[in-house]
Amino acid sequence: MKYVDEFRDKEIALGLAKAIRAEVDLARPYRFMEFCGGHTHTVSRYGLEDMLPNNVRMIHGPGCPVCVLPAGRIDMAIHLAMRPEVILCVYGDLMRVPGSQGASLLKAKARGADVRMVYSTIDAIRIAEENPAREVVFFAIGFETTTPPTAIMIRLAEKKHLSNFSVFCNHVLTPPAMQNILESSDIRNIGGVEIDGFIGPAHVSVIIGTTPYEFIAEEFGKPIVITGFEPLDMMQAILMLVRQVNEHRHEVENQYRRAVIRDGNLRAKEEVSTVFELRDRFEWRGLGRVPYGGLRLKPAYTKYDAELRFGMRELCVADDPACECGAILRGIKKPVDCKLFGTVCTPVTPMGSCMVSSEGACAAHWTYGRFRDHQQRPVS
Amino acid sequence: MCLAIPAAVTKILPDEMAVVSIDGVSKEISIALIEDLAVGDYVIIHVGYALTKIDPEEARRTLDLLRELSAE
Repeated sequence: MKYVDEFRDKEIALGLAKAIRAEVDLARPYRFMEFCGGHTHTVSRYGLEDMLPNNVRMIHGPGCPVCVLPAGRIDMAIHLAMRPEVILCVYGDLMRVPGSQGASLLKAKARGADVRMVYSTIDAIRIAEENPAREVVFFAIGFETTTPPTAIMIRLAEKKHLSNFSVFCNHVLTPPAMQNILESSDIRNIGGVEIDGFIGPAHVSVIIGTTPYEFIAEEFGKPIVITGFEPLDMMQAILMLVRQVNEHRHEVENQYRRAVIRDGNLRAKEEVSTVFELRDRFEWRGLGRVPYGGLRLKPAYTKYDAELRFGMRELCVADDPACECGAILRGIKKPVDCKLFGTVCTPVTPMGSCMVSSEGACAAHWTYGRFRDHQQRPVS
Repeated sequence: MCLAIPAAVTKILPDEMAVVSIDGVSKEISIALIEDLAVGDYVIIHVGYALTKIDPEEARRTLDLLRELSAE
């Protein structure tokens, strides 16, 4: 496939690995966090860690919107879906995300709730048009990548005078989360992780550009390289980060120039700013309440806000104490450090959100990495 | 959730829609987030929307650089 296959070339990857080995200083560690779940998936799928020197460590960050959705928001969606007048439209990843006490939207559907998987917000609008006597709610979730399609849908609903349509808004923002990882007060409780640089989001940056990350690089002294999702993109980005660390630089660099420009997609940003505004705080699984970490509808669009329309009550649900998703999302622990991993928690029976989405750190490790653990286990 | 794939635009439709081909598989998507799109352009699609055009010149430069770095 064009723009895919050529960025997966094995020979070039081996050459890049050699270049990285030639430039790392063996006397120091290089700890790079890939923020996006898509990058975590690439690291696991292509075995990139095996190609890196031992002192270059990839830390899996919180960047999967499904994984960071707290169980309370799933419970709220389940309560909503159980109302007989409601059709709840959701992206497929959300169906099996655990709420409290093992509940999920899939189980709610089995109990009679009208939950429908959609590929696009366009499908949700069509369902609302086809069911004028029902209340159609779109379970909106995602980072800056998925937010513009929600904004467009709300403006389309307005244009079409759809009165039976609303949105349960769970859109979250990446730069505040990155800041939260670096300076959260929770670090005292669950521990911190040393980070020498970030692999910056690819398709989030397609929308918002590279400028929103400049304050992280400047104020926290951390290099950031915005990177595509193919393995060669990531290998080049790791080399760029190694060079920044070696040269004591901390800048935002753009490896993904074929899709990302400094100012991002102006049209998409305008759509988002027309419809959404910042929430003061929004709860992220694993990060707690992130200041300005989420979005809500602007006053002009609150008639499409499902939380107001249905008087939805905010629910805060503690994660299962045995589940280590919180520490894994912060990069403090690895999937194998969780005692549930691979025993009661697998992609078929996920206990925590990191195991649900294919971009989650645990699911990626289950699919591609666990055999490597087995091979590396010392022989007694 | 943020995974997205490149696709070639094969037909521009009314109401800011288009048909794209992903390795020969056709799909109808929204192009409401993009300006000045033409048949033959490559776009990155995510949840049924084109997020951006792929810049062929920048893609070529990145590949050249990758080969260069790899050969050093």
